[in-house]
Amino acid sequence: MTTTDADSSGERAGRPEPIRAVPVRHPGRWVAAGIIVVLLAQLVNWAVTNPALKWNVVGKYLFNSSILQGVQRTIMLTIIAMVMGIVLGILLAVMRLSANPIVSGAAWVYIWLFRGTPVIVQLVFWYSIPAVLQSISLGIPFGPGWLITDDPKTIITQLVAVCLGLGLNEAAYMAEIARGGILSVDEGQVEAASALGMPRLLTMRRIVLPQAMRVIIPPTGNETISMLKTSSLASVIGYAELFYTSEIIAARTFQVIPLLIVASIWYLFMTSILTVGQYYVERRFSRGSSRNLPLTPLQKLRRLVRPAGAAA
Amino acid sequence: MSPAGVPMVQAQSVQKSFGRLEVLKGIDLEVAPRDVFCLVGPSGSGKSTFLRCINHLEKIDGGRLSVDGELVGYRQKGDKLYELRDREVCQKRQEIGMVFQSFNLFPHMTALANVMEAPCRVRGEAKATVRDRAHKLLDRVGLSEKADNYPAQLSGGQQQRVAIARALAMEPKLMLFDEPTSALDPELVGEVLDVMRGLAEDGMTMIVVTHEMGFAREVGDALVFMDEGVVVEAGHPRDVITNPQHDRTKAFLSKVL
Repeated sequence: MTTTDADSSGERAGRPEPIRAVPVRHPGRWVAAGIIVVLLAQLVNWAVTNPALKWNVVGKYLFNSSILQGVQRTIMLTIIAMVMGIVLGILLAVMRLSANPIVSGAAWVYIWLFRGTPVIVQLVFWYSIPAVLQSISLGIPFGPGWLITDDPKTIITQLVAVCLGLGLNEAAYMAEIARGGILSVDEGQVEAASALGMPRLLTMRRIVLPQAMRVIIPPTGNETISMLKTSSLASVIGYAELFYTSEIIAARTFQVIPLLIVASIWYLFMTSILTVGQYYVERRFSRGSSRNLPLTPLQKLRRLVRPAGAAA
Repeated sequence: MSPAGVPMVQAQSVQKSFGRLEVLKGIDLEVAPRDVFCLVGPSGSGKSTFLRCINHLEKIDGGRLSVDGELVGYRQKGDKLYELRDREVCQKRQEIGMVFQSFNLFPHMTALANVMEAPCRVRGEAKATVRDRAHKLLDRVGLSEKADNYPAQLSGGQQQRVAIARALAMEPKLMLFDEPTSALDPELVGEVLDVMRGLAEDGMTMIVVTHEMGFAREVGDALVFMDEGVVVEAGHPRDVITNPQHDRTKAFLSKVL
C-alpha cells in the first residue's frame, strides 16, 4: 500500500465488493421450452416414421443429375436477373431523380408498370411476345433498319423470356431501393462536390453512390434471396429450373411429396448460404457507422463455449 | 475600394426569393482583391444565401452579381443575358473555394483523398503532382499526420481544416466561408481561425460569414452588417464594431459581443 493524498484517500481505499445476489428465476422460459421440445419431438417422430414421406426416394433424387442441373439453372437465373435488376435499377433511380421531367417521368412510368403487374404475368407476356412480333430489326426510328430476324422465336427463347421477365421486374424494385439509398445521402455532400466544380454525374458516381451503398446493400440481399425463390415461376413457361425439374420427375414417378422435399432442401440450402453471405456483407458495410461491430456467429459460438473474460 | 483593377466580387441590387419569401432585397457591395470581407448579422438575415449566390449554388432573381468582372451564372451579349450551361457553371466554381458550417467532407475517403478528389477528377491533373500538393496543403493546415485518417476519426476542428485544404487544392482566387466555426466546440474554434488568419496574411481574397467578432475586428478589412435581406451598415470592422451607427447594428452587437 502507498499513501495517497488526503482528499481522495477515502475513495481509493479499496474496490467495492462485487455484488452477490440470487438471480431472478424464469419459470415461464422453462415451460415454453418444454412445450416446444414436445411439439418438435412429435413432428420429427411423424416425419421419420411416416412411410408416405419416402425418405429413400428423397435420398435417391437429391443428387439426381436433372435436379442438379435444375439447381444450376436456378442459380444462373438468380444471378442474371439480379445483375439486370441492379444495373437497370440504379440507372432508373438516377433517372427518377433527374431534373429533366421527361426522363424522371419515364422512369416513374416504368416502375409503375413493372411493379404494378404480377411477375408471373410478365413472364408469360415475354414468352408470348413473339406471337405479335413479325420481325426484330435495328435502325432509325420510323426510318430504314437492318433486319435481325424475321422469326422472333429464335431470339426470345425460354431462357431469354425468363431473364427479361425476372430482370425487368426486379429492376423496378431495385430502382426504389436505390432511390431510397441516394436520398439518404446528406445534401451537404452534393453541395460540397458542386462547390468544387464537380459535374452532376461525376458527383453521383464518386460521392453519392458509394455512400448510398450502405443503405442499398441490405435490402439487395433480401431481394437476392427472394429472387432465388421467385425464379421457380419460370416453370409456368416450361423452363426447367429446380422446381420445374422436380415437377417433371414427380409427374413421371407420382412421388409428389418426396420431390417437393428434394426441391425444398435445395432451396433451403441455397438461401442459407445467401443468408450467411448477406450477414457478412452487411457487417462489412456497417463499418464506420457503428462503433462496435456485431459478433459473427463463429465469435458467438466461441463465447458460448468459453465464457467472456476467459478467452482473450 | 482599391483604385486599381476590378473588384473581386461586385453586387448591384442583388435580389433573391424562396417562393414568396424575399431573402435578399437588393444587396449592393464590393469586395476588393486580397481583402478579408466579413458578413455578419442575425440568422435569417440572408448572409448565407448571399454567399451561396456567389458560386451559383443559389440562382439570383434580380440585380447583377459578378466575380472578377464576370457575371455569375450568365453571359452577356449585347443587352441580352444567356444562362450558362452546367459545364460552364462548374468551370467557374472551380475558381471559388467554399467552406461549410458542417464541413461536408466526403466520409468514405481519407483526408488526403478528400483533398485530391477535385484536382484529379475535375481538372484531370496527374495524381503524383496532386498528391504532393495535397500533402503540402495538409501540412499548411497542420494535419500532415492525419492524411490517411477518415473524417469520422478526426475532431470537428480537424475536419474543418481538411475542408479548407480541400478547397485550396483547386487553387481558387476567392474563398467563401459559411460560418466555418459555428458547429465547433469552443476550444476548437481557435485552430480553424488560425488557419484562416494565415490565409489572409498570404493575400487570399476571403468572404467570411461569421459570428466571431474578434476575428472580424482583428483580420477583417471590411465588414457588412445585414438584417432582413438588406445591408444595414458597412465599413471597416473596427469602426462598425466599436462605433455602430444604426440601432439594429447596436442591438445585434450587444448580443454577440
